[in-house]
Amino acid sequence: MSGSLGRAAAALLRWGRGASGGGLRGPGVRAVGSGGGSGSAEHLDALVKKDKVVVFLKGTPEQPQCGFSNAVVQILRLHGVSNYAAYNVLDDPQLRQGIKDYSNWPTIPQVYLNGEFVGGCDILLQMHQNGDLVEELKKLGIRSALVDETKDQDSK
Amino acid sequence: MLSGQLVGRLFSMAGRVCLSRGSAGSGTIGPVEAAIRTKLEQALNPEVLELRNESGGHAVPPGSETHFRVAVVSSRFEGLSPLQRHRLVHAALSEELAGPVHALAIQARTPAQWRENPQLDASPPCLGGSKKTRGTP
Repeated sequence: MSGSLGRAAAALLRWGRGASGGGLRGPGVRAVGSGGGSGSAEHLDALVKKDKVVVFLKGTPEQPQCGFSNAVVQILRLHGVSNYAAYNVLDDPQLRQGIKDYSNWPTIPQVYLNGEFVGGCDILLQMHQNGDLVEELKKLGIRSALVDETKDQDSK
Repeated sequence: MLSGQLVGRLFSMAGRVCLSRGSAGSGTIGPVEAAIRTKLEQALNPEVLELRNESGGHAVPPGSETHFRVAVVSSRFEGLSPLQRHRLVHAALSEELAGPVHALAIQARTPAQWRENPQLDASPPCLGGSKKTRGTP
């Protein structure tokens, strides 16, 4: 399990610095701006269903503006999820309110898997800790990097 | 998963760093904190209710009541998903969440789950979103 330790240590070094290095962003992560009418339920419905993994953050994956949003980014990174859509609610007040109304959830960040609202930072962390996140990602055809890591260690 | 525990530890380490530079949460209980406690007690009849004002770690004036973390331990959570549990907490605090409370970290546990790990975690450090002049509150 030393691999986990190494990863976690690396994450610790980056903690609090706002993940400012460009290296944290996987090639597939799209920080998406939003157009007009961004707060409507129809628009949001399409938005959360467009990609398998969708997150609404304060800030961007490279530069989260809030510790809880950063935690979501870091958890996805730990699992090697690099292909997800990230929307910055600080760029768009309509989106910020609209997504809260859409999910009936009062806070940001918000995480959607396969169009379904999963929760915020606390729930994603809990899913990470109890292994549910690996299973949920598997259902989406995404193999968590932590599974590979465990396999590697088992074979040694 | 081990890495999960490690991330949990990161949170608590980071939180300690964060909170050490704050001033709020050091003893005095404000009206918002009191209201949160009363409402959660009434709504969920918790066995354990731990509440921490984490506002001091954020870019808000001393004595603010904007950022909280709560551990609610209640048998009402039996058989409910994390999402359903959090929604119960949100519903009890809808007034506060629509008003002064800007961030609420929630640990919603059943009594058995709490006994496994009876502690209020710490939140990750603030990254200063609201310090930016362009930022929204």
